[in-house]
Amino acid sequence: MFINILLVAVGAVFGVLSRLLLSNWIKRKWPMDFPLATFLINSSGSLLLGLLVGSGADNHIQLLIGTGFMGSYTTFSTFKLENIELHLKQKHTTLFSYLGLSYICGILLAGLGILLGHLYF
Amino acid sequence: MMLYVLVALFGMLGAVCRYLISVLIPNHGFPVATLLINLVGCFLLAVIMKYLARLPKFSPMLITAMGTGFVGSFTTFSTFSVESIQMIEKQWYGFAALYIVISLIGGLLASRLGFYLSDRWMDRKEAPHVH
Repeated sequence: MFINILLVAVGAVFGVLSRLLLSNWIKRKWPMDFPLATFLINSSGSLLLGLLVGSGADNHIQLLIGTGFMGSYTTFSTFKLENIELHLKQKHTTLFSYLGLSYICGILLAGLGILLGHLYF
Repeated sequence: MMLYVLVALFGMLGAVCRYLISVLIPNHGFPVATLLINLVGCFLLAVIMKYLARLPKFSPMLITAMGTGFVGSFTTFSTFSVESIQMIEKQWYGFAALYIVISLIGGLLASRLGFYLSDRWMDRKEAPHVH
């Protein structure tokens, strides 16, 4: 159990810092109403977690990279906070495209990742 | 530099809490743990960003550590996506639809509730005391 917690913790440190740095960089580089940073992070994380799950990597790797890194790299709470902010700013076209794209891309990319993981790893 | 150390530390705690909850509530077909974690996290993040952030005793650095670090890592989108597609692959369409809809609408409501209560708490703090 202790080793599992340690693996999750180590993965999380890299996941959370990657999210913070990448998110700040994307917001600086492409400022816009659409929350591009969270969208790209959640979509890429879904693809990568799918790959990991599809590859059938052993339990320790799943905890380090899956639960720890990808779990912390992607985020659900910021996604919803941004939804509500768009709603309060009356930017409903952006809100609905953000919601739709996030769910569709996230789930399809996870499926694609699993498929590619099965095929190539 | 201090910011990154704090975010890393809080992020580590958020992820470990998520892991422990997922161990306590194992997935027997329906991902109750992830759903619960994500909904609670949506509410918590709204309260941190819309209420605690306006209180002078919480520095912006601490707010980023708690919000982006702890709650950001506690909640997760990638696990949600993988769990959804796995239910679809198993042809559990009803469960998959239920999971996606509860996460979509429930997450919005949980976050909205956090905004709403934050505003109410702020109003109460700022309003003059009437006796």
